[in-house]
Amino acid sequence: MTVVEERPAPSSAPPPRRVNRLWALLRNSWRQLTSMRTALVLLFLLAVAAIPGSVFPQRGVNAERVTRYYQAHPQLAPWLERLGGFEVYSSAWFASIYLLLFTSLIGCVVPRLLDHVRALRQAPPDAPKRLNRLPQHAEPWSQPGVPAEVAKSVAAGLRRRRFRTRLREREDGSWTVSAEKGYLKETGNLLFHAALLAVLIGVGFGHWYGWHANRILIGGNELGFCNTLTQYDDSTLGPRVEPADLPNFCLRLTDFEATFQSTGQPRTFSATVGVSEDNGPYETRKFTVNDPLRLDGANVYLLGHGYAPILKYTDRYGVSQTKVVPFLPMDAMQTSEGVAQFPDVNIDPKSDKRDSTLQMGFEGLYLPTSPTDGSATSAFPAENNPMLYLSAYRGDLGLDVGTPGSVYSLDQGQIAGGDLKKVSGDRPHALKLGDTWTLDDGTKLEFVGTRPFATLSIRHDPTQVLALVGAVVGLLGLMLSLGGHRRRVWFHVQPDADLAGSPGESGGTLLTAGGLPRTDYPGFEDEFKALVKAAEEGTP
Amino acid sequence: MAELSNQLMAAAVLAYLAAMVCYAGEYAFGKRSRIGRAAVRPAKQLVGAGAPVSDDVVPDDAPVVEEPVRRDRGELVGRIAVGVNLLALLLHLGGLVTRGVAADRMPWGNMYEYILATTFIASAVWAGVVLARPAVRHLGLFATLALVVMLGAASMIAYTPVGPLVPALHSYWFIIHVSTIIIGSGIFLIGAVPAAMFLIRNGYDEGKRRFPYTLGKHVPEAIALERLTFRLHAFAFPLFTFGALIAGPIWAEASWGRYWGWDPKEVWAFISWIVYAGYLHARATPSVKRTVATWIALLGFVTMLMNLFGVNLFFEGLHSYANAG
Ligand code: HEM
Repeated sequence: MTVVEERPAPSSAPPPRRVNRLWALLRNSWRQLTSMRTALVLLFLLAVAAIPGSVFPQRGVNAERVTRYYQAHPQLAPWLERLGGFEVYSSAWFASIYLLLFTSLIGCVVPRLLDHVRALRQAPPDAPKRLNRLPQHAEPWSQPGVPAEVAKSVAAGLRRRRFRTRLREREDGSWTVSAEKGYLKETGNLLFHAALLAVLIGVGFGHWYGWHANRILIGGNELGFCNTLTQYDDSTLGPRVEPADLPNFCLRLTDFEATFQSTGQPRTFSATVGVSEDNGPYETRKFTVNDPLRLDGANVYLLGHGYAPILKYTDRYGVSQTKVVPFLPMDAMQTSEGVAQFPDVNIDPKSDKRDSTLQMGFEGLYLPTSPTDGSATSAFPAENNPMLYLSAYRGDLGLDVGTPGSVYSLDQGQIAGGDLKKVSGDRPHALKLGDTWTLDDGTKLEFVGTRPFATLSIRHDPTQVLALVGAVVGLLGLMLSLGGHRRRVWFHVQPDADLAGSPGESGGTLLTAGGLPRTDYPGFEDEFKALVKAAEEGTP
Repeated sequence: MAELSNQLMAAAVLAYLAAMVCYAGEYAFGKRSRIGRAAVRPAKQLVGAGAPVSDDVVPDDAPVVEEPVRRDRGELVGRIAVGVNLLALLLHLGGLVTRGVAADRMPWGNMYEYILATTFIASAVWAGVVLARPAVRHLGLFATLALVVMLGAASMIAYTPVGPLVPALHSYWFIIHVSTIIIGSGIFLIGAVPAAMFLIRNGYDEGKRRFPYTLGKHVPEAIALERLTFRLHAFAFPLFTFGALIAGPIWAEASWGRYWGWDPKEVWAFISWIVYAGYLHARATPSVKRTVATWIALLGFVTMLMNLFGVNLFFEGLHSYANAG
């Protein structure tokens, strides 16, 4: 195909032969592309092309690991990036392989489909001249009856065995019975390949018209959110989706339950939420891992959970502020890290001016079950002995600059530049539930409690049902295709000259039979023998 | 109970080893006797053009075991081998069941259990084949060798103490998805034995007498091996398709929110699937030689091993059970 483009432009008066050659080239390329060999090569290319995606981290799977890879291999990473190594499955070369494969598939399947439709409408072909040349054949035998009658009864027997059957009378007064079975094999094969196309379309459209977003939802009615992009921690809209297309719903987490094995392995998670769709009243719904919340136009999946400590800071003017900040779990025991930032504190009520050297930040760990030995990793994922280990920072948090930083750690640049200074000791300060920590300037931080949070993934894929239907139909087609056997049998029924004096006179018939399996079919010999036996006994 | 499971598994491995030794004994003693010859559903069924017809084929209804002949030593050892093999299978089953009882769930919640279950299927299919057609007994050496190696590898690099399931595995899809994949993979794995032996036997028939081909002397007819290979693969392919490409995505949709996300495990299931589809294509194409097609099936085997061991060990992914102990 590409070869064609590389041909020099035809000269001013192209000889007609040239067009033919071009046509021939096109036709040959097409034939080449739709040959089974090419399909095999493309299949292998696809398999090989899929490998790098399991070796290198993929942005679509886990963007964070791509970042880590950049840090670990600063030389190699940009090159990989250029080759699409971090986005293998949406890279141009991966797409070109499967698009070629599917072009090949269409080119392969359409002619076969036409052939098959033709074959389905045609009667099975007449018997070949010499049945004893066929892979299966029976020695001639004679039996009483007129040829026409015998042939009819043989045909009826075959029909009863769901063979497609055709009777023909020959000029010499003999009859042939042609029968064929196993059309479903080819039907299944075509169905399977067509279903592959349906799956591809389902996947492709899902990518274009789908969207997904992630959000941490903290327990409490006042901390709910509604489905707009600004409410999400991160989101990805398909190329054909506008922010305004998002369905209208609001969610708030009313309860979160987690149970654990004594080893700390989680046993069950379940989230109870209030849902309001299309500005309707809030309804209570419950969902868990493996059983998402299915809304109109979006599904909400529970991916994880954690704790959000409630921290109350009282500044030097006696004004207090309370924040609920999710701490992100770092291990299976829910040792979590996080940060609480208070930019709008220590504002002198007289001037009402914010002093950017007096902003407060707290950074550290939360342990739902602090171990008795006092080490800084949690011993159990449930809250048996909650403990916060925090360091306090005072100064400019750097939140005004406008560069969106992580909400889970302090701005390291501000700390390095000396604008944000640590004001607690070298070791983080430990706070039990309800403890109040008085800082060097007399301000206070109180550990009020915690709230659970749920990590949610909100997704919509309009064509996943198509992909599923395609896959199921494909499987059915595949089973028909692999399980079926196409085969033909013929019977030749002629007047038996030995038994009857002259042809046509009722006396006897001579039968011969032959069979041709059109696919590798070990059981055909037995089937053929049974058919012949049935014909011999006259009670097929 | 967990302790019992470990002991049963150790006993099973020993029994497979013993069966292997017996098979090897038959291999060494056995002449290229009836067994070798009768191993075939003979070539005359192989229809169509160009089916090679070899002359030492006996009719397929030839009684293989009942035949009143002098029982040579090889025969006896071979029967013992099958007996020991069946015993090993029972021990293997016992190991699996006690493991499930100990954990109070289906015994395929982590990589170790997954390999135990898959090899059990492989072994059961092998037992079924050898009971239905005693003639293929000469493959036993290779089948048990493969089982011993895989089980050994599982207990050395993947052993995990009995534990409960993480919440993501609490789903009936856990049973549907994993069991179909285990059955499909088990059949694929054991299908590699006749595939490899077909290539060896075929090389032997072509006059090659270098090392692996010398093994071909005693194994069944090439045609029978090739057909067995195809049957096993054609049976496993839809199962694997259902498990990996339908049930897996359905579960992933409910659990992770997307039906396909190119997690390493998914990538390698996809690769295996593509390679086996390639095998079926190659075999259905008359212009592709059967040896070439069979090599593709073996390549599929390699990708299955990668899926069983490699992905779990080398890559990080969402499949939580994949973490080796
Ligand atoms: C996405 C890639 C493809 C996959 C996964 C796939 C899969 C399969 C499978 C599993 C079979 C086995 C059915 C059987 O043996 O009867 C099959 C058969 C077949 N495929 Fe494909 N296929 C693909 C692409 C193609 C392409 C591109 C072509 C055309 C060049 C093609 C043509 C055929 C034909 C003609 C058969 C029937 C073989 C026979 O005569 O039995 N396939 N395919």
